[in-house]
Amino acid sequence: MNEPVQFFSGFSVNDVWFMAEAAWRTLLISVFSISLGTLMGGVFGWLLYEGRFWATAGLAAILDIFRSVPLIIQLVLFYNFAPIVGLNLDAFASGVVVLTIYTAALVANVARGGLEAVGTPMRRAARSLGMSYWQTLWYVVLPIGGRAVFPSWIGVALGVMKDSALVSVLGYVELLRASQILITRTQEPFLILAIAGAFYFALSYPISRYAEKLEQRWAVR
Amino acid sequence: MFDYNFHWRPVFRDLPDLIAASLVTLQVASLAMILGVIIGLGLALIRLHGRGPLRWLATSWVELARNTPALFQLFFFGFGLGAFGLHLSPFLIVLAGLTFNCAGYLAENFRGGFQAIPETQLRAARSLGMTVWQSYTRIIIPQVLRIVYHPITNQMVWAVLMSSLGMLVGFRELSGETQFFASRTFRIFEYFAVTAILYYIIVKIILLASRLLATRLFRY
Amino acid sequence: MIEVSNLHKKFGDLHVLKGIDLTVSKGEVVSVIGASGSGKSTLLYCINALEPINEGSVTVDGVDVHAKGTDINQLRQKLGMVFQQWNSFPHLTALENVALAPRIVRGMSKREARDVAAEQLKHVGLGDKLESFPSALSGGQQQRLAIARALAMEPQYMLFDEATSALDPELVGEVLDTMRLLAEEGMTMICVTHEMGFARDVSDRVAFFNDGILEEIGPPSQIFGKAESENTRKFLSKVR
Repeated sequence: MNEPVQFFSGFSVNDVWFMAEAAWRTLLISVFSISLGTLMGGVFGWLLYEGRFWATAGLAAILDIFRSVPLIIQLVLFYNFAPIVGLNLDAFASGVVVLTIYTAALVANVARGGLEAVGTPMRRAARSLGMSYWQTLWYVVLPIGGRAVFPSWIGVALGVMKDSALVSVLGYVELLRASQILITRTQEPFLILAIAGAFYFALSYPISRYAEKLEQRWAVR
Repeated sequence: MFDYNFHWRPVFRDLPDLIAASLVTLQVASLAMILGVIIGLGLALIRLHGRGPLRWLATSWVELARNTPALFQLFFFGFGLGAFGLHLSPFLIVLAGLTFNCAGYLAENFRGGFQAIPETQLRAARSLGMTVWQSYTRIIIPQVLRIVYHPITNQMVWAVLMSSLGMLVGFRELSGETQFFASRTFRIFEYFAVTAILYYIIVKIILLASRLLATRLFRY
Repeated sequence: MIEVSNLHKKFGDLHVLKGIDLTVSKGEVVSVIGASGSGKSTLLYCINALEPINEGSVTVDGVDVHAKGTDINQLRQKLGMVFQQWNSFPHLTALENVALAPRIVRGMSKREARDVAAEQLKHVGLGDKLESFPSALSGGQQQRLAIARALAMEPQYMLFDEATSALDPELVGEVLDTMRLLAEEGMTMICVTHEMGFARDVSDRVAFFNDGILEEIGPPSQIFGKAESENTRKFLSKVR
């Protein structure tokens, strides 16, 4: 234990490492939640599009709740609810569960939009060639609809990545929580926040620009 | 099946306070939106027509607001500004953070709205002898407002949801108040469940009000 | 009187108007014809300063349009303009479309402006559409609305920029009839048009533009009968 103990001192190299680790955890929880949430949201979107009226209305109403309650409240609620039903989840797992459902609720709408973007004539054309329902979905609807909503999906994914900062309320030390800890110790708020902000920006900005470009390019055609 | 006994009574006792805190939430969100619309309109116009450092500033504002977490922005106005000896009250931290964020997002909506109005509308207005100011206030902006009406409504919902971050910077809006009561009684789940319902109701009221207002505002 | 002399206009490297000289007297109707991209529309935009110019001058009743001290908004009230895209204001009713500028530019009271607007709408045959929104009007009706809107400013001159080009064929007639009506009432008009019938029947003079140059100008009998310029004849043989 010969680490330099530097309470209330300047920012050190170790702190950079500490922040990098935290940034990694931000990425980790984001990638997990976005992947799972996208799969789930895709299925929900398909149900919303194909389902019978009452089932659709019910599902839509439930998903709507997750878009109408602040994420931070959802996190606190789930984290405190899980032990009640006997689940022992740590901050990371709780965060993944809540972020996944939250992502799914957002993606469901995007996915439904994608399915609607593929017109009936296109489906009929595919079916008339003898393709089955699933073949049509896989070879025609998914490529065309997916492309139509890909930019919106990127928007959702980046939003979730940024919102993952909220998992810090459960004690999960992601980038922003790490920054807060360092600020308390080093009293260098500006520098540390600038580094944290730069990380989010460096991740989000290029991707959102890319999505914008895609949207423009695809809109022209 | 649960070992847990739900205790709702304290929550209902404090419900009037929570509702009062909901009004604080609405207040700060509305204020941030009003400022956000005005600033966002300015940012959009600067990005469309400005040049030089002003344009660079507007672009930076918009991109920072859109590409960093809202909580980061709140922290910035919290202890970030503290580095310069500027200490805002919790209310101002939330208001500044929300305004910064809303203005950035709204600016992009406005920019899209302006681009959707054909250039010939301005020409037609100008050919009738209207000044640039008259053309914008009477012809262009009313049309843009219609285009961005739904995005503005959505942003208002976001502002309400975002204001819940106030609880992390010590502001006693709905979430902050809930946390205060919850930590006093240790009935965390019960308090936050009721608060979730309150948020849901607030959001629905906003959407309903927006829809009613739209039928009044837009005759065409 | 509108006097254009040695007018040059460039868009970047593109030299659109290459020294135009044109004088239009009070009460005269001048049609401007020529291929797309020959600079006809740009001429109109330069006359009421919707586009800045590079060289030369434009004066309206002796006032230099592009001079620094000129109150352009004042001047534009004299110059009514009708566009190819009719540009009705979609958020206002027909009556409000027409009444707005008289109220905020000419400073009329609300009631006066409404009266003027109603009168002009009747003038162009839209007396029964006062409360309609543009979205409920056909292209031809919207274009007549645009004419009424310009007339409500009581202009001395009317500039028509291909007023019928964007219309469905069956709607062209009603707009041309309205323009004809104005000409008969003695309005001074410059009409950029592709309607050769209109140019021949209504104009006092016809100007043929070719590649940024005013190639030939004269009475319709000359232009359509015995044009002096080879290019004019070539153009007319193509459009007919």
